[in-house]
Amino acid sequence: MSSPESSPYKDTKASIHEETRKTEWPLWEIFIRGQHGLSHRHVGSLHAADAEMAIKNARDVYTRRNEGVSIWAVEAADIAASSPEEKGALYEPSNDKVYRHPTFFNIPDDVGAM
Amino acid sequence: MYAQMIKSTGQGVKSLDEMEPQERAFQERIDAGGKIEPKDWMPEGYRKNLIRQIGQHAHSEIVGQLPEGNWITRAPTLERKAILLAKVQDEAGHGLYLYCAAETLGVTRDDLTRDLLSGKMKYSSIFNYPTLTWADMGAVGWLVDGAAIMNQVPLQRTSYGPYARAMVRICKEESFHQRQGYDIMMKMANGTEAQRKMAQDALNRFWYPSLMMFGPSDAESVHSAQSMAWKIKMNTNDELRQKFVDQTVPQAEYLGLTVPDENLKWNEETGHYDFSEPDWNEFFDVLKGNGPCNTERLEARNKAWDEGRWVREGLLAHAAKKRSAKLAAE
Ligand SMILES: [Fe+2]
Ligand SMILES: [Fe+2]
Ligand SMILES: [Fe+2]
Repeated sequence: MSSPESSPYKDTKASIHEETRKTEWPLWEIFIRGQHGLSHRHVGSLHAADAEMAIKNARDVYTRRNEGVSIWAVEAADIAASSPEEKGALYEPSNDKVYRHPTFFNIPDDVGAM
Repeated sequence: MYAQMIKSTGQGVKSLDEMEPQERAFQERIDAGGKIEPKDWMPEGYRKNLIRQIGQHAHSEIVGQLPEGNWITRAPTLERKAILLAKVQDEAGHGLYLYCAAETLGVTRDDLTRDLLSGKMKYSSIFNYPTLTWADMGAVGWLVDGAAIMNQVPLQRTSYGPYARAMVRICKEESFHQRQGYDIMMKMANGTEAQRKMAQDALNRFWYPSLMMFGPSDAESVHSAQSMAWKIKMNTNDELRQKFVDQTVPQAEYLGLTVPDENLKWNEETGHYDFSEPDWNEFFDVLKGNGPCNTERLEARNKAWDEGRWVREGLLAHAAKKRSAKLAAE
């Protein structure tokens, strides 16, 4: 058991470790399209030396029970992601545009289904 | 459990009033059942605790392949062999899902591997026991995976998003594991006298180590109180152990096997079974490295890592070469 006061990990306080070994294979994010015509969905990540191996590994790690009909592998380092701090700037503008939802409009029952 | 004796800050749980605004917002989100995602702010203790817990859980899945892998070549039929192979392959998958989840907290896979191989990080005590007969494949699936399920089902609701999602995948696969184990036990318990004896012997040897998987009583532990406030631990060790005993005893009865505990008795008042505690000295001794198979398990993992090195490096060199050839062609 390691002591709770020191952490061997990079990017955490009290880190004492050297740089990661150069032999670590890059990280890939895996997306799988399920059986029923839905979009590819993120299922997790894995390490692989190259794209071909990433797809083969994804087959073994994420589709052992027929979970998918198509695999995308994207190197994690190539993904651009929004950060939690941007939440306000990104999503607040849509908060006051309630008219984008159909329920904003009152249509009399007499009009029928709409 | 698969993660045993995880220590937190040891400082006791802060009340919301004692927290700075950032931490209070974090705790309120957890209290409201919200999820924490990798890029969100989190207290350093939460991050470190999770790395230890998820890492230890991942290591358990990986090392846990060894006792069952031991019987793949000697499974009694081709069908049993294929099933056991699929089960062990699932465990490899579980380890990988969990390593991914740990990596989102800023630790690398190599960091985790290195700490497993050096013995710095632990894996569950249960995998330091040997698998001596084919009946042990039954007992492991039935009892060990059964105990793991007890702990993993509530963890599907844990506060850390990537961990919760890994647990959802794992739980979907675990019930196959327990059922294949019980299926082996049924066959053995209803087989020849020698087979029935083997089944009983497997239960005798795995019963107390399975109870130890939940860890010692932690109702008074400040570490557990903090982990429960953070929702990275959902039940006390005693709650889960009791649940496991209550569920397992009737299953043993159905097999016609005897749980090796003279004090085991249904308690009408509590609505639970009374049972004997395992030998906690043995547990701490196994954690320290003195179990029957600690050395063998770590040697096997180190051997795999060392002997795989040229493959890891070779494939990386090959990938780099292909990449530069492609760039040159463009
Ligand atoms: Fe597992
Ligand atoms: Fe397992
Ligand atoms: Fe399992």
